[in-house]
Amino acid sequence: MACIELVDLAHSYNGGNADPSTFALKPLSMTWRQGGAYALLGPSGCGKTTLLNIISGIVKPTRGKILFDGTDVTPLSTERRNIAQVFQFPVIYDTMTVGQNLAFPLKNRGVPRGEIEARVSEIARLLDLAADLPRKANRLSADAKQKISLGRGLVRANVAAILFDEPLTVIDPALKWELRSKLKTLHRALDLTMIYVTHDQTEALTFADTVVVMHDGAVVQTGTPEALFERPEHTFVGYFIGSPGMNVVPGEVHGREARIAGHAIGLDRTYGALPTGARIEIGVRPEFVGIAKPAPGLLSARIERIDDLGRKRFAWVRVGDLKMAASVPPDMSPHMLSGGEAGLVFSPRQIHVYADSRRVEGTA
Amino acid sequence: MEKTVNHKAWLLVLPAFLLVAFSAIIPLMTVVNYSVQDTFGNNQFFWNGVGWYQELLDPSSELGGRFFVSLWRNLAFSAIVLAIEIPLGIVVALSMPREGWAVAASLVILALPLLIPWNVVGTIWQIFGRSDIGLLGFALGKLGLDYNYVSNPIDAWMTIVVMDVWHWTSLVALLCYAGLKSIPDAFYQAASIDGASRWAVFTAIQLPKMKRVLLIAVLLRFMDSFMIYTEPFVVTGGGPGNSTTFLSIELVKLALGQFDLGKAAALSIVYNLIVLIVCWVFYTVMTNAGEDRRPAGEGGS
Repeated sequence: MACIELVDLAHSYNGGNADPSTFALKPLSMTWRQGGAYALLGPSGCGKTTLLNIISGIVKPTRGKILFDGTDVTPLSTERRNIAQVFQFPVIYDTMTVGQNLAFPLKNRGVPRGEIEARVSEIARLLDLAADLPRKANRLSADAKQKISLGRGLVRANVAAILFDEPLTVIDPALKWELRSKLKTLHRALDLTMIYVTHDQTEALTFADTVVVMHDGAVVQTGTPEALFERPEHTFVGYFIGSPGMNVVPGEVHGREARIAGHAIGLDRTYGALPTGARIEIGVRPEFVGIAKPAPGLLSARIERIDDLGRKRFAWVRVGDLKMAASVPPDMSPHMLSGGEAGLVFSPRQIHVYADSRRVEGTA
Repeated sequence: MEKTVNHKAWLLVLPAFLLVAFSAIIPLMTVVNYSVQDTFGNNQFFWNGVGWYQELLDPSSELGGRFFVSLWRNLAFSAIVLAIEIPLGIVVALSMPREGWAVAASLVILALPLLIPWNVVGTIWQIFGRSDIGLLGFALGKLGLDYNYVSNPIDAWMTIVVMDVWHWTSLVALLCYAGLKSIPDAFYQAASIDGASRWAVFTAIQLPKMKRVLLIAVLLRFMDSFMIYTEPFVVTGGGPGNSTTFLSIELVKLALGQFDLGKAAALSIVYNLIVLIVCWVFYTVMTNAGEDRRPAGEGGS
């Protein structure tokens, strides 16, 4: 168990002399607290797997250091770092039984037989694999195989962290929930640091206490799922988290007033001098934009399409040239929507102002 | 859903059926036909029933004696060749480069022996091993070894075995290399995280993942070595004495040398059946090896 620190870490697959803007991982420093459940969230190719492989030691970083509890482990091999990793596709040793698979990491480390048996049966019980111990591992379903991969990490005492690289890719949707809650239970029971790479926001938000959102090789925001939802620090976080993503539209901001398509909207906070020359955008999640009957004082919009998601309905509207998504109040009758014209009601507290994609903090 | 019976479908099978009939079934039946008859030339044939088969399978008869001696010779040759080529092929495949220009280079070098016609391979080794002008034979002689494949049966066997290993280990290596390349990197990464030694990586990952290609390699090498003809015929002509007369050489002697079509046909059929049976046994054993055996009492579904 360990606290993991990344110091000025950067990686380029083309060597250290490559143009820094092409780095797979742009320089970053951060600390992963012992016992935390982290998710590394981002689209494919954003550098999250690179970061994970650097922590596990599969990839050597071009620059920077990795510290486990203050000890520099950068030059150490994967094996000596004492971490466990679960890969996208289940890795099991085909010819071995489930029990032999779980015992393999301990056997390789010369752990006495009695101790191996005790650990294996304990971990099998935790993972609900006890009944399958004598079976050939390659006969089991994908989710059970993934549990074996995880189990091979858990059997070792004192693993510094368990890293997951999109572990649910090949798992049936119905079993994903089950396996994810199993992970959460294990996390609580074992006090382990877990780092979970995924591009699926639901997976990240349900698994982690802290979500690290990556975009184009850089970390754009680290925070709790609530913070990511309510205060996206970067427009990318706004788009990427939430479904549909945040509305980000160009606008102007002066003091306590924003203008979208020439229409004034009152804000909750005061924005002083915004950086000159910056691209100013207004971001508001569809959940905080309501559809109403057209009325003076409301931003008028044309409804293009309604998506009924069961629990909620979203309207896709057009304001001039801008496209936005808005919530349809549950009690609004269909014929009110059929006219095509609507007014938009904003919740002032939930409107964010972005300068060059980064959120600007207003004063109350 | 109701399935309609449509006999026109048979028409679609017909071309394939005709092809197989003319390429396999009809020639095979000709051989079966010969094997139950005797001939004295002049295209005169007499019914002999299973007489040739009885004689062939009776070790005390002249034909049976020759058959069993060359059969054991063949089995011994296949066993020796498999015991060398399979492990050697695996070792070669494991030591081949994984990336870069060296991959293409090593593949080309490995493929070279496979591209040489059999009789040329035989000629190369026939000359190579000669003690008067052959590089190998002459060098061994200079080293003080009494090597002469023309007069010494052991030397003749060693020459043929080494020649076969030289010719065919590449095939095993290439098949194993293909098997190794198909193992995802994650397996090696997981093994290194699990602290596996090089040997454990081989036994837990590489060997099991190569099982299928190894099965193909064993089958191909068994069939080929069991039916070997050209190379020993070119190098030793079956000698010295009869020490390298394999079944195929025996068969050619019977059919073309003595023109005993009936005996030769019976030998062909038995030869063919042996290859089929041994391959079937190999296949069954290797595909079932290491399968999950359910504990007694647990009902299978």
